[in-house]
Amino acid sequence: MAQAISFDLNGRPVTVQVDDPQMPLLYALRDDLGLHGPRFGCGLGQCGACTVHLEGKAVRSCITPVSTVAHQHVVTLEGLGAQEKLHPLQQAFIDEQAMQCGYCMNGMIMQAAALLQVNKHPSDDEIKSALAENLCRCGSHLRVIRAIRRAANAAA
Amino acid sequence: MTNCAIDRRSFLKLSGVLVVGFSLEGVLDSTPAHAAVAAKSVSLTDVESFIAIDADGKVTVYCGHVDLGTGVQTAIAQISAEELDVPVGRVTVIQGDTALTPDQGITSGSFSIQGAGMQIRQAAATARQALLMLAAQHLGSTAEDLVIADGVVRSKSSGKQVGYGELVAEKRLSLAVDKNARQKAPADYTIVGKPVARIDIPAKVTAQFTYVQDVVVPGMLYGRTVFPPAMEAKLVSIDERSLRGIPGIVKVVRAGNFCGVVAKTEWAAIKAARQLKVTWTSWAGLPEQNELWSYVRASKVAKDEITSNTGNATDALQAASRRMKATYDFALQTHGSIGPSAAVAEFKDGKLTCWTASQATHALRKQFAQMFSMAEDDVRCIYVEGAGCYGRNGHEDAAADAALMARAVGRPVRVQWMRWDEHGWDPKGPPTLVDLEAGLNASDTVVAWKGDFFIPVGGPAAVWLLTAQLAGLPHREDLETGSIFRNSAIPYDFPNRHTVCHRLASTPLRPSWIRSPGRMQNTFANEAFLDEIVAAIGADPLEFRLQHISDRRGEELLRRLGQLAKWETRKTGDRGHGSGVLRGRGLSYVYYELSRTYVGIVVDVEVDRKSGKTRVTHAAVVHDCGQIINPDGVRNQIEGGVIQTVSRSLLEELKFDRSHVTSLDWASYPILKFPDVPEVVIDLIDRPTEVPWGAGEPACAVVPSAISNAIFDATGARLRSVPFKPDNVRAALASA
Repeated sequence: MAQAISFDLNGRPVTVQVDDPQMPLLYALRDDLGLHGPRFGCGLGQCGACTVHLEGKAVRSCITPVSTVAHQHVVTLEGLGAQEKLHPLQQAFIDEQAMQCGYCMNGMIMQAAALLQVNKHPSDDEIKSALAENLCRCGSHLRVIRAIRRAANAAA
Repeated sequence: MTNCAIDRRSFLKLSGVLVVGFSLEGVLDSTPAHAAVAAKSVSLTDVESFIAIDADGKVTVYCGHVDLGTGVQTAIAQISAEELDVPVGRVTVIQGDTALTPDQGITSGSFSIQGAGMQIRQAAATARQALLMLAAQHLGSTAEDLVIADGVVRSKSSGKQVGYGELVAEKRLSLAVDKNARQKAPADYTIVGKPVARIDIPAKVTAQFTYVQDVVVPGMLYGRTVFPPAMEAKLVSIDERSLRGIPGIVKVVRAGNFCGVVAKTEWAAIKAARQLKVTWTSWAGLPEQNELWSYVRASKVAKDEITSNTGNATDALQAASRRMKATYDFALQTHGSIGPSAAVAEFKDGKLTCWTASQATHALRKQFAQMFSMAEDDVRCIYVEGAGCYGRNGHEDAAADAALMARAVGRPVRVQWMRWDEHGWDPKGPPTLVDLEAGLNASDTVVAWKGDFFIPVGGPAAVWLLTAQLAGLPHREDLETGSIFRNSAIPYDFPNRHTVCHRLASTPLRPSWIRSPGRMQNTFANEAFLDEIVAAIGADPLEFRLQHISDRRGEELLRRLGQLAKWETRKTGDRGHGSGVLRGRGLSYVYYELSRTYVGIVVDVEVDRKSGKTRVTHAAVVHDCGQIINPDGVRNQIEGGVIQTVSRSLLEELKFDRSHVTSLDWASYPILKFPDVPEVVIDLIDRPTEVPWGAGEPACAVVPSAISNAIFDATGARLRSVPFKPDNVRAALASA
């Protein structure tokens, strides 16, 4: 029996019909709501590719049941900024050419955005520690660190 | 590619099916997709196979190689724009679409610039030459009087000008690629050699990019594969009643030992794949992992390949006053793509279309034709970028899964493997075992070098499709490992050298290539063993190498490496054996495949004597790949290659039991995380007038040996098995 779950997505109210309230939020975002920011990487909360903000905090949407976000605020990469109005992190990732394949970069940017909300000028060690559970296989780590540093400086 | 719901026709339009001066636009609306694209040449000898210019002067480049997240697309656009004298922003690159792009071979081995890029450069040079002649006619001028800038040809004498768009609108150009068409002089380059920003990154940071995992076609369903619990278990029965309670199940697809589920929603497919009750036979045919190296040593040798034979190494060893011997091994590893493999496939009107992240869409088309007993012309594979694959991962298998399920349900199906599918079933980098021996004379001169490499057979052709194997459909089960004999021979001038690859008839688990296949493993053994010799005779690792290469570029590279790393001449391994954290430096060098790209590296490590944990803190890399197309792209490849290989060297070992792979996620197969990433400094040697060589793999090849050498420098213990996990390091320390 399908059930309706409503939440705020990137500043707009949305409702999804789900057969299974335990379905991870990731599939509602990708398949029902057509978003491409959050990505499936592991389904285990180990890699961070699916990261979104839930009430301002970075969470792994692949292990967050959709039912738990009812009436809450979800922000995805799409909601962080757009091509015509980039978030400082998005701009910084472009400026630093901070990726190779980029599949994990949704998670990197969302995790970093959550970090910068609570720590406007993180040290490199703080950046590394905040992103410790975000995996990148291409080895773009150094560029990601530089991009986050650049975004933090741009916001100063 | 930016986001769009793809249907065939709009995809074709998006692809800009215009050949030079010839438009298919009018045809598209009334003709089936396959008929329309059949009109485009994909021959390797026609300019129009590679390049199209439309009436607005926009350039489309058709490239048989694909961007695997490496920036190749941007580099190809730079090469084309430079040669054609158009702004790089006016160039669109279509990649790896079997209906539209020439078959330029597999995207592997760091050959996209060196191979595919140079074919495109020559096609562009031919087109430019023809455009110049057309312009001369149009402007009533001579070619010598004309200059081109931004795709506009101008007469110096009259000042009159004409754009490419106008030129091609008047006339169709049907040109063969002219080997003699003059390429632009590197001194005149304004685009090649510049750090042009990657074309794909803006869309990737704003979620507007379409990865293969995002592709949606009308009427599409979701599929998941149900893999056997043991690698060669046979499917006995399926109890479909076990799926009761999951709405939206469309079909359980069984073909031989292949089992998959197709559902209306992705979550239903995932749940069903997990919940479906399938009975399998048991199978336990894998070797005991802790006896892997004796298993490899005992494996049947299919053939011996001598990769170098100078002087008489056997006699020289006999006569040597001192002999050194060591065995090296390198674990099985997995590609570890962050996004598991995925594809969309559709069977319609007897034709198969597959959207795939395959690094070899043309080869995949052949495999599909064989698997489904179809004509190749009835199969179209369209490249859509996925997560980085670093070799042949599971993308092709997921594509075949999607195709098989799509055929079974008569609708398009998207398959994405789960994390445990990818770790468990993508083909693996095979285990490598190497015996090395050297002979020194009384004055500590190396007089003999002998290497025996135990590696599986294989060439660079297609890895068989797992789906075809499971389903019992036609396929060839050849081991394909990606020229892993390379760099078994050494770049040093010892008078007697003999290296031989004992190509094994079998290897545990389906093999394929992972970034720098064989070259990395062989270079690990060779460069670490060289370091053993250097340490034994009390020489300096940098000086010793300089004394034994006679190659101007190699020498310059090593000297610059010394400067970059602030190398101090000294004996290696003399850092003391104190307690706590020990620090050391290691050096390594490769002349890739002894034919292209030179790399030297110095790494600094910290070894915690107590825990055995090794950290690489710093890497200095000097890199000569000839002409550089995009220096930032090359730096990105080197940084990434070093970091990825530090991960492979320190952490990565695929585990299995007698039945199946047991490293099934990131907890059981950890990779390097942010806190352990080293600094990487790079000195790029640009040689604009030389051939451009590859940059994706070579820097990886030197990393494991440099780390091993640095650990020896720090501790006096020699690590001869990759990975250098804390337990292995502690054991080596205990016996050092």
